[in-house]
Amino acid sequence: MQWVDTIIQGILLGGLYALYATGLSLMFGIMKLVNLAHGDLIVLAAFVIVVLASLLPPGSGVVLALLLSLPIMFGVGYGLQVGFLNRTLDRDILPPLIVTFGFSIIIQNGLLEVFSADSRRLPLTGWESASLSVASGISIGTVPLVCFASAVVVIAGLNFLIYRTAIGRAFRATSDDPETAQLMGIDHRRLFAIAAGIAMMVCAVAALYLGLRANFDPTIGPARLLYAFEAVIVGGLGSLWGTLIGGMIIGVAQTVGAQINPEWQILTGHLAFLVILVVRPRGLFPKSEG
Amino acid sequence: MALLQTVKLTTGYGDFQALFDVDIEVAQGQIVAVIGANGAGKSTLLKAVARLLPVDGGTVRFDGADISGLVASQAVRLGISLVPEGRRLFPSLSVEENLQIGGYSGRRGSWRLAEVYDLFPRLAERRRHMGTALSGGEQQMVAIGRALMSNPRLLLCDELSLGLAPIVIQDIYTALPRIRDAGTSLVIVEQDIAQAMRVADRVYCLQEGRITLTGRPAELSREAIHAAYFGA
Repeated sequence: MQWVDTIIQGILLGGLYALYATGLSLMFGIMKLVNLAHGDLIVLAAFVIVVLASLLPPGSGVVLALLLSLPIMFGVGYGLQVGFLNRTLDRDILPPLIVTFGFSIIIQNGLLEVFSADSRRLPLTGWESASLSVASGISIGTVPLVCFASAVVVIAGLNFLIYRTAIGRAFRATSDDPETAQLMGIDHRRLFAIAAGIAMMVCAVAALYLGLRANFDPTIGPARLLYAFEAVIVGGLGSLWGTLIGGMIIGVAQTVGAQINPEWQILTGHLAFLVILVVRPRGLFPKSEG
Repeated sequence: MALLQTVKLTTGYGDFQALFDVDIEVAQGQIVAVIGANGAGKSTLLKAVARLLPVDGGTVRFDGADISGLVASQAVRLGISLVPEGRRLFPSLSVEENLQIGGYSGRRGSWRLAEVYDLFPRLAERRRHMGTALSGGEQQMVAIGRALMSNPRLLLCDELSLGLAPIVIQDIYTALPRIRDAGTSLVIVEQDIAQAMRVADRVYCLQEGRITLTGRPAELSREAIHAAYFGA
């Protein structure tokens, strides 16, 4: 029973990793931009939610704070893209890497300056600490369950957006061929800004569960980035459902490792990633390059 | 007033100057052909008009307004659409999605999916296929249909017949007068001179980035074209 529980916890943890990874995958997929500040932007979003929750009347809950943070984070993504990242594209892979690496340093130090290095947690209002008892020895926390469900909803929603709407068609066309996309009347820079805004909204959703599941402080961003990368690569570039599976694999590897020896949690996650990288270098569900 | 007018248009790629003081005019309702050898600057001219290339000198006027400072996505909104060399279909989009994305600019007019399928019935049967799974000729039809979906006032077609089977070229050239009659003026770039002369109201010949000959097809002698095309 203990192992069943371990695997269930790992799968649910995978939902969190998939949320970390989805925004990263979205920005890479549409504008071929690797955002090294992705993890720090998730942490930034967590602090935005903390501040909003502290401004709201007590007891109004973190979900309301999340909803209010969504337009703010959209603005952050849109602004970063228009102000900085659009200027780094069209040339080489290196400029966007350096600029986002710079963001990472600036965000971490900015957060340390404003919020100090104290670790924090989002305020709980009740439901967050509840759990469901499924069978003897297996109980599922509400937060991991809702987190996993959120990942499924976010990915289903993004897939709908990308494959069923006019703007999604424009995303795919621009990803294929930015120059020809301009000939369709698509302003690719504005489209990239919208994509970055959407990616940051996903970061805010990830940040909610980051802050509900565990403590966080300004320095934990890069490790989240690493999990996100692993989930994307295990799943295969270009497939959001693959990213969810990738997150689940990393999550299960971590909880199984932790079950064997608590010190092994992070190690087994990375080992699972390395094994898959060796066996399937293009990930489990790669999108064939057209 | 001319729909399109370039005045002493000069452009190029970085340090390389590809066009020198090019003057062309396209009147409303005309089909204009631009002929010339490889590297003469034909595609460059279309790209400059479509605002994919910077104007280094002179002006591009569309419907009386100077559009030299616009970018391609703005030119589409004004009604200038380019069928690029090599078709350039979007590989992750189906035939129908390729056509739909052509309408992204939201310009309204008589060209919608149904009209494009009426113009090129073979595309209707293949609407669910991926664009890149089609034959070259069908891809060219998608590229033309995609450009028409923005309901352009001016359609620029680059190398329409390049690499296509003669029977397909025939189909495509039959469609051009229908497009013109529906209210769109055309500029076609073509290496197949005979094909261009048959359909065009006016011909410009480019050689090494300069206009060497212009006139109505009936007025131009074989010798004059030969001289303008290859140089004296």
